[in-house]
Amino acid sequence: MEGAALSRRSVTPARLEWQVANVADVRAETDRTRTLVLRVPAWSGHRAGQHLDVRLVSEDGYRAERSYSIASAPEAAAVELTIERLEDGEVSPYLCDVLQPGDGLEVRGPIGGYFVWTTMQPGPLLLVAGGSGIVPLMAMLRHRTHADAKARANVPVRLLYSARTWMDVIYKDELEKLKSDADVSIAFALTRESSADASGFRRRVDRAMLEEAAWPASDMPNVFVCGPTPFTESVASLLVELGHAPANVRTERFGPTG
Amino acid sequence: MKTEEMHLDGNAAGGMLADVFARDTTAAAATCASCGAVAPLGALLEYGQGMGAILRCSTCECTVLRIVRTPGRLHVDLSGVALLVIPE
Repeated sequence: MEGAALSRRSVTPARLEWQVANVADVRAETDRTRTLVLRVPAWSGHRAGQHLDVRLVSEDGYRAERSYSIASAPEAAAVELTIERLEDGEVSPYLCDVLQPGDGLEVRGPIGGYFVWTTMQPGPLLLVAGGSGIVPLMAMLRHRTHADAKARANVPVRLLYSARTWMDVIYKDELEKLKSDADVSIAFALTRESSADASGFRRRVDRAMLEEAAWPASDMPNVFVCGPTPFTESVASLLVELGHAPANVRTERFGPTG
Repeated sequence: MKTEEMHLDGNAAGGMLADVFARDTTAAAATCASCGAVAPLGALLEYGQGMGAILRCSTCECTVLRIVRTPGRLHVDLSGVALLVIPE
């Protein structure tokens, strides 16, 4: 009886518990972002695209909770979050500037069953990122690199990544390396870049850009769009206009809204 | 509380939904009681506050689900849900 109860629990956790993760490492990504490498004692494993909740409690008992996308592949040894510092934020400045290796951080997760992807899902993959919206999509790209060559060839991927400038592009070196896979295509849309050296489009994502850089709707790709709310809604609407089935276009919105 | 870096869709309420339903329900299909549109909870519009979350229909913007946390209690208003289908 006890064994049956335990195995059932492992399939459907009765409750999402808060636990204290240990910060194993921190890594600067760009001027505004850094990655936290976490060791989470009771981690059930995650799927690419999921997030976790972080809770900070001040000495007077005031609590602030935030959701952060997981950047690491399910296959990775540690759970990684990439946090963007928002200057007027309550939580992100602490995570970006104060938290150090060896510190504890209260988390619960993984969370999410909608904005998730595995290499078992057939068909091409289209990822569209706005700013730090790249984070959950990076978990998908990293997850894909763990699949064998045949599985990778079954899920060719196109990434369109919009950022303000080349300096704001997160995971730059890793993305460059991913391009060596013939089934990975990566395009950047830099909205405020002045240097002529940086590659990519120099405007916001629009219909013509999607027609050029995205899979056509006839290829029936699985689409994941993540970014600020106006970006996400605009891109998702354009994709539906281009004939993609709304049910195949999964979105995840991030604040701030304006 | 500022909404700053929070997600702004039902995915962000996933933790609180798990407190209510004791499982992940972001992929559960909710039928809006006002307009009949069907969407995963994770795809609804989320108006999150520190004390809880309001999920609105992305078609008609009516309130589908409200969760409010007070000390020791979760208050759940499901009056905007006509049907909730939870994948097992």
